[in-house]
Amino acid sequence: MIWWYVFRGIALREFLRFIRQKERFFAALVRPLVWLFIFAAGFRSVLGLSITPPYRTYVLYEVYVTPGLCGLILLFAGMQSSLSMVYDRETGAMRSLLVSPAPRWYLLGSKLLASVLVALLQVYAFLLIARLWGVKPDPWGWLTVAPALLMAGLMLGALGLLISSAIKQLENFAGVMNFVIFPMFFASSALYPLWRLRESSPLLQNIAWFNPFTHAVELIRFALYAKLNLEALLVTAGCTAVFFALTLFMYNPAKGLWRAARGGKS
Amino acid sequence: MIPAPAALSALEISGLSHRFGRVQALREVSFSIPQGAFCALLGVNGAGKTTLVSLITRLYNSNSGEIGVAGHDLRRNPRQALSKLGVVFQSRALDADLTLEQNLSYHAALHGIAPAKARLRIGEVLELVDLSGKRKARVATLSGGQQRRAEIARALLHRPQLLLLDEATAGLDLRARGDLLALVRHLIAEEGVSTLWATHIFEELQPADRAILLHRGAVLADATCAEIAGDRTLEQAFLAMTGATAA
Repeated sequence: MIWWYVFRGIALREFLRFIRQKERFFAALVRPLVWLFIFAAGFRSVLGLSITPPYRTYVLYEVYVTPGLCGLILLFAGMQSSLSMVYDRETGAMRSLLVSPAPRWYLLGSKLLASVLVALLQVYAFLLIARLWGVKPDPWGWLTVAPALLMAGLMLGALGLLISSAIKQLENFAGVMNFVIFPMFFASSALYPLWRLRESSPLLQNIAWFNPFTHAVELIRFALYAKLNLEALLVTAGCTAVFFALTLFMYNPAKGLWRAARGGKS
Repeated sequence: MIPAPAALSALEISGLSHRFGRVQALREVSFSIPQGAFCALLGVNGAGKTTLVSLITRLYNSNSGEIGVAGHDLRRNPRQALSKLGVVFQSRALDADLTLEQNLSYHAALHGIAPAKARLRIGEVLELVDLSGKRKARVATLSGGQQRRAEIARALLHRPQLLLLDEATAGLDLRARGDLLALVRHLIAEEGVSTLWATHIFEELQPADRAILLHRGAVLADATCAEIAGDRTLEQAFLAMTGATAA
């Protein structure tokens, strides 16, 4: 029961902070919508798509890009929550989290899960608007996409946590944008299918295949049509485990960065 | 002979040493704080206060030595030890955007306190720090002194036996500083919580207060301020002592 109170408290705080920052919600929503309304509309005529699973007919580019944009929301949410961890660390909020008696893996795991649940609200809001724009997933897809989004969100959130443990000070968001968000998003199957990438550059296709974000997007893409992409699930789950284990190592009081870094400020 | 639980120290530090690479931040630090006592940890910047506070709050483990909080070893039983420790950090731990009550509910939850019990306890601690009227106020709207008192209320939620305040008066004006110290002394009398007050401001202390003087990572003196000062002021005594030991 105590464990539940701890998770409930952490989740409630994430949620309250989220609804207090309405700009964040709109920014999170506008970003993928700009891609959907403007970029996808422009690209529609340029890019021909063949029928590849999970699609059974030719699909419009808007339809193709929607799972990638769901991934984009989760990617931004993960990086933003990592940034807020760094900010929390500069204030005493992080210290007071770590000095509370629950084990660190549980505290960090709760924080990760809570921030992903908040991000899921954003994704569903986006999917609803996309639906009005004519992007229709499978009726069951609305349900089956939830665990896929959760898994993808956990992976990207865990990556964010790992980055937060490596960043020593609150730098601006641009560094994370340039070196994490953009490469992950563009070198993936979010905007164009892998076979399309191969036509222009086999190397880029390989890079995209090794990019965990590709697998997160494919997991979401299949789940939107009530299908399971087992390979994508395994890769996403494996990456989540690796990222989270590394994060725990970094936050371990006996090892990791805290010790070497003199615990932030001296 | 096994001491009775009531006789256990709130904080017991023995032979604590820590180094960062070639820098010896703490060397063989030992002292203990009995229950219900006030103790100041005095030292200039770089004396090792931050390292000591980081070790007591288990941000990282020490190279050698032991820390016990209310009889629980921090390395072997971190959960029990941390559950007896309340900390006010130098930097703010409360969310400015949320109300005082929302903040305190969150911190009560971190200590596994059930929501119904937490509501009662929040009422009690706010009463103690004289902020009952601000329960629904956003933290951002509180003054600097009120925010510090709110931090103390936060640290007291889970009824710790040791309250650790790290430069708690930083950024406060003279009057707010005095008020905060008076509040802490009152809490010791009222709640019986032991207090370790880390500071570099010598004037905050009274002659009868016990002070542990930390200098270059080692304990230079452990006595009441009056004993340390002798016929000088505390600051003069400190300068004389550190001047004598400076290389």
